[in-house]
Amino acid sequence: MSATEKSVTTETTRPAEAARGGADSFDVERVRRDFPVLRQTVNGKPLVYLDNAASSQVPQVVIDRGGKYLREEHSNIHRGVHYLSQRATSAYEGAREKVRRFINARDAKECIFVRGCTEGINLVMHGYGRKFVSEGDEIIVSAMEHHANIVPWQMLCEEKGARLRVIPMNDAGELLLDEYDALLNERTKLVAVMHVSNALGTVNPVKEIVARAHRHGVPVLVDGAQAAPHLKIDVQDLGADFYIISGHKMFAPTGSGVVYGRAELLEKMNPFLGGGDMIRTVTFEKTTYAGLPNKFEAGTPAIASQIGLGAAIDYLNSIDRDAALAHERELLTYATELLSTISGVRIVGTAREKASVVSFVIESVHPHDVGTILDQEGIAIRAGHHCAQPVMQRFKVPATARASFAFYNTKDEVDALAVAVEKCIEVFS
Amino acid sequence: MSELSELYQQVILDHNKKPRNFRRPADANHSADGYNPLCGDQLTVYLRVEDDAVADVAFEGSGCAISKASASMMTQAVKGKTRAEAEALFSEFHRMVTGELDEENSPNSLGHLKIFSGVREFPARVKCASLPWHTLHAAFAGEVIATTENLGPDITSDQVSA
Repeated sequence: MSATEKSVTTETTRPAEAARGGADSFDVERVRRDFPVLRQTVNGKPLVYLDNAASSQVPQVVIDRGGKYLREEHSNIHRGVHYLSQRATSAYEGAREKVRRFINARDAKECIFVRGCTEGINLVMHGYGRKFVSEGDEIIVSAMEHHANIVPWQMLCEEKGARLRVIPMNDAGELLLDEYDALLNERTKLVAVMHVSNALGTVNPVKEIVARAHRHGVPVLVDGAQAAPHLKIDVQDLGADFYIISGHKMFAPTGSGVVYGRAELLEKMNPFLGGGDMIRTVTFEKTTYAGLPNKFEAGTPAIASQIGLGAAIDYLNSIDRDAALAHERELLTYATELLSTISGVRIVGTAREKASVVSFVIESVHPHDVGTILDQEGIAIRAGHHCAQPVMQRFKVPATARASFAFYNTKDEVDALAVAVEKCIEVFS
Repeated sequence: MSELSELYQQVILDHNKKPRNFRRPADANHSADGYNPLCGDQLTVYLRVEDDAVADVAFEGSGCAISKASASMMTQAVKGKTRAEAEALFSEFHRMVTGELDEENSPNSLGHLKIFSGVREFPARVKCASLPWHTLHAAFAGEVIATTENLGPDITSDQVSA
């Protein structure tokens, strides 16, 4: 018998709790009922899931939609004249239209389905970067990027003899826009920045970042992985040339994601993966490629997951998103205040504009030990470098503990977090 | 809480706070770096091997309490031992933390290292305890780097099936 077997049960449900008073009007207990995973105990304690920035939970309607596809519609898309294939195709393309509305793209063909943000950024690196970047060119990223928005560009720079430039940040975790201006020049071929930082919570002024790049005629890729679950996204208002989303961070299954790209850029780009579904004609002498979006969707995609992403968007549209965001802000403020009062706790990432992410370190307790002690209390957080090692180097910490909140989290859960953090200090005192 | 106090016993907490042999010996003739890329733990193990025995062993680096205490107690355990004895101890230690060795009822030379038996209840932490030993092994073998990625799963089939 293993520790895992002993410690996780799904039989008991979290007792209903009186909602704590607060300024927000969001009915958190009602939305909690939509997420079956939350109704379980871990190590004998109600599960407190505060690892939403790594992967968010999936509501029942999304589970049901995936199940319906598998039970009633499963078939390959785009290539069958039969009934099931048509139903599968229409559900899949229906999800694309939902994505289009969700991010306010002009045309659904500008929304390419990929398996997640990492694949999406790699698509742009191969399709755009390898075609348009050459020796001596420069690509600008920011100091707070996730490895997924650093490593592909480093690989490209190495291949082409190009140079990676980095927008620095201040001690609060805010990008220094004057320094950014100084980096933009005639050699700049692309700017790639995250909308919201997974490690620090910072919400970056991407509209301004895009505007400044466009003054130099430089396109901008925005990594929206952490923004899509919290903020309303309008790619046209932001002016983003590419905007990338991961489904599993916005209440959809893993294996779903989107690359939004402006049609004229996508048209000019090389394909990413070669194979079925992305072609117009194939002979051994020459292949011509399909139009958008199929040009970038080689092979059978994660059909059930992408349909699930469409259902997750329906779910988000069904709740009051402004109230949900206000509730998340309450949680952020409350958690920040509560953790700050504990002696020995330091919050890493104190930008004025933050999403509901609190990274912290406890004096003389390593984050990995924090993670284990919190897990014993049923609290799931992330401990480590958050795939952002340069951020850890910038703040001179080996790692941080990170609590990241979704709209279904409660103030009671923040209280549980604070109590468990005090317990960590007690164990190591 | 009992499993937690098994994991974080006073001896482990003491070694975390005051790690023994936490230094860089000038006359080391073997060394290797150990990394756990998942959590960012990093340490360097230094060895001075004379006549196939460990004349001196020390370490530096940063990591969680489990990895630091494990490194600290490892240096105490292997000093004076031959390479074969140290590797045999590594094998016993590894089998203990993955639940393959019952340290109370099977013959072994673990001694004070038995204090790490609680780690086997925390599958996610087995690599923390074993990283210093993998790094020691790499230093003996003349390898420059040990990383937990290349070590295979430090968990038993029992834990995988759960």
